[in-house]
Amino acid sequence: MKKAFWLAGIAALALAQPASAGDTIKIGFVSTFSGPTAAIGNDMRNSFELALDHLGRKMGGKPVEVIYEDDGQKPDVGKQKTEKLIQSDNVDFIVGYIWSNVLLASLKTAVDSKTFLISANAGPSQLAGELCSPYVFSTSWQNDQTPQAMGTYMTQKGVKSVFLIGPNYAAGKDMLAGVKSTFKGEVKGEEYTVWPSQLDFSAELTKAKNSGAESIFVFYPGAAGVQFLNQYAQAGIKAQIPLYTAFTIDELSLPLQKDNALGVPGAQQWVNDLPNEENKKYVADYRKKYTGLRPSFYGAQSYDAANLINSAVVAVKGDTSKKDEMKAEMEKANFKSVRGAFKYGKNHIPIQNFYLQDVVKDAEGQLALKTVATIVKDDQDRFHDKCPMK
Amino acid sequence: MLVVVEQMLNGLQFGLLLFLLAAGLTLVFGIMDFVNLAHGSLYMMGAYFAATFVAWTGNFILGCVMALGATLLLGILLEFVALRHLYNRDHLDHVLATFGLILFFNDAVRLIWGPAGLALPLPSWLTVPVQILPGVNYPAYRLSIIAVALLVAALLYVVVMRTRIGMLIRAGASNREMIGALGINIKLLFTLVFGLGAALAGLAGLMQAPILTVQIGMGENILILAFVIIVIGGIGSIRGAFMAAIFVGMIDTLGRAFLPDLLRKVLSSTAASTAAPAMSSMLIYLLMAIVLVVRPEGLFPAAKR
Repeated sequence: MKKAFWLAGIAALALAQPASAGDTIKIGFVSTFSGPTAAIGNDMRNSFELALDHLGRKMGGKPVEVIYEDDGQKPDVGKQKTEKLIQSDNVDFIVGYIWSNVLLASLKTAVDSKTFLISANAGPSQLAGELCSPYVFSTSWQNDQTPQAMGTYMTQKGVKSVFLIGPNYAAGKDMLAGVKSTFKGEVKGEEYTVWPSQLDFSAELTKAKNSGAESIFVFYPGAAGVQFLNQYAQAGIKAQIPLYTAFTIDELSLPLQKDNALGVPGAQQWVNDLPNEENKKYVADYRKKYTGLRPSFYGAQSYDAANLINSAVVAVKGDTSKKDEMKAEMEKANFKSVRGAFKYGKNHIPIQNFYLQDVVKDAEGQLALKTVATIVKDDQDRFHDKCPMK
Repeated sequence: MLVVVEQMLNGLQFGLLLFLLAAGLTLVFGIMDFVNLAHGSLYMMGAYFAATFVAWTGNFILGCVMALGATLLLGILLEFVALRHLYNRDHLDHVLATFGLILFFNDAVRLIWGPAGLALPLPSWLTVPVQILPGVNYPAYRLSIIAVALLVAALLYVVVMRTRIGMLIRAGASNREMIGALGINIKLLFTLVFGLGAALAGLAGLMQAPILTVQIGMGENILILAFVIIVIGGIGSIRGAFMAAIFVGMIDTLGRAFLPDLLRKVLSSTAASTAAPAMSSMLIYLLMAIVLVVRPEGLFPAAKR
């Protein structure tokens, strides 16, 4: 009798979990879905869902289950959510990560458990160098690459001097170091602000104005970019000291920045008007599915992340225990990226083009980002030599 | 030298804005003995109302005045519906209930206005820089914040020190039971004080909105500074809040402006740029700690009990 009771119990448990490991592809998604930068997380989730729609919500013949978790833009929360997804949800892949400091806090958990982590945005220098891992891939960039492209452009344009302003966290330091590495003119000063709480940049703008620099470079992602441009315009220095940016103006912040962003150049590896077929489909279907919204580079990178995972799962016909084969497949970057074809460096960071983007009024009379030129081709990050992987 | 003048104006502007927020908080805390964490939510609502009404009417001033009225009404409604049932409970219950209100307001805003935030664009006459000294241009909008906040501070002073209502408010701050025993309608007084505090928070929010963005949770970081100010100034004291707010604004801004350069004299350039923002944001809390040790009642305590 007792034995029968136990058997019934075990049977009930087994029935209660119809989707036990192996029947579905489980993906954990860590991003920011609350607070001032929730718009970024939403765009990433929208794009990831769109990619799954395009894949028929299946990978390698198996249904896909995605668990979204909110990091609240806090490293400690991101780490907890990563642990939860890996240890109790047993996800096959973990994706997302807007913020470099959140990713750095979460990295060890993923790597130690040999779970594939796909960064769909954050690209701290450590990840490309000494902390590179066979289980970590990026569908974005290494932080320094984008500002390096901006520095190259400023040098080409003959800018003589610059004042740098950025937030005081992992990515902010990478960004300013990136510009400095390629900008040939004089750096008149650099200021770091408390991140993410400081939103008033009056003291920094006053210093920039009085430094005698010919230009200003800033990195302020999300809502802070809106605030910086507001204050830059209100201080009346837009006409005197031109602004150059990285990750400060995008499709999410532009509706709030409005005319303040007109004519302010930025660098990016993806722009909504890149002329490849995959990208046209992504942008058109996104705007169809999410009326009133436009995809940003954060979304494009998440869309690519879904397709990168799909390429790996298809290669092993859905058997996600074959990690070495999945790694080998992902290293080929064998999927149609919306930024156009790219290769992976040995540190799993893309070797890719960076474009100059400008803000213009589009055919519908709305402000939009537009590709103006290619600044650098097939650019590889400057930390790959420090990565011990072969 | 001119840079110093400009940075001091930045500090003054920031301080005066903090004063508006802290004045409401110190009134409610000091007179009603009520800890209101949702004060930051009223600041946020002021900004959202202003962004909505300005877009709706197309007139910046009219929209702001309407937003001010709306925040005042919201404050009175909030006091009437929820908060007056909590006065007899202890501070922990106040904190719990008003923390709940923060969550309520954040989600209400998400439902009504969406998660993306709003912009409150300035009219063109406020976006030009003004020459205040030869060679010093200052944004017109920041100057107007200074002017409005000083005006409000003067008005508050007159109301609190020279009118009957003000007398009751001061009496309430020093001995609540006694003015109740003297036959003053303390319930009505509390509703008025709370409404006034809400309107001041709303004013701070709507004036900050064009500089920052209007977004969910915008009141939470700045609320911490407001609490620091009322602790430094002395709880319940408008004068204390005014002085402490200007101290804090100046210390924060001047710290950010000059500390990096000072540190660069002793540290390497990279170390200095990294350490300076952290240190300048610590200065305020250091000031609070010192005040708490030297004068636990605050610099300008409202009245001896």
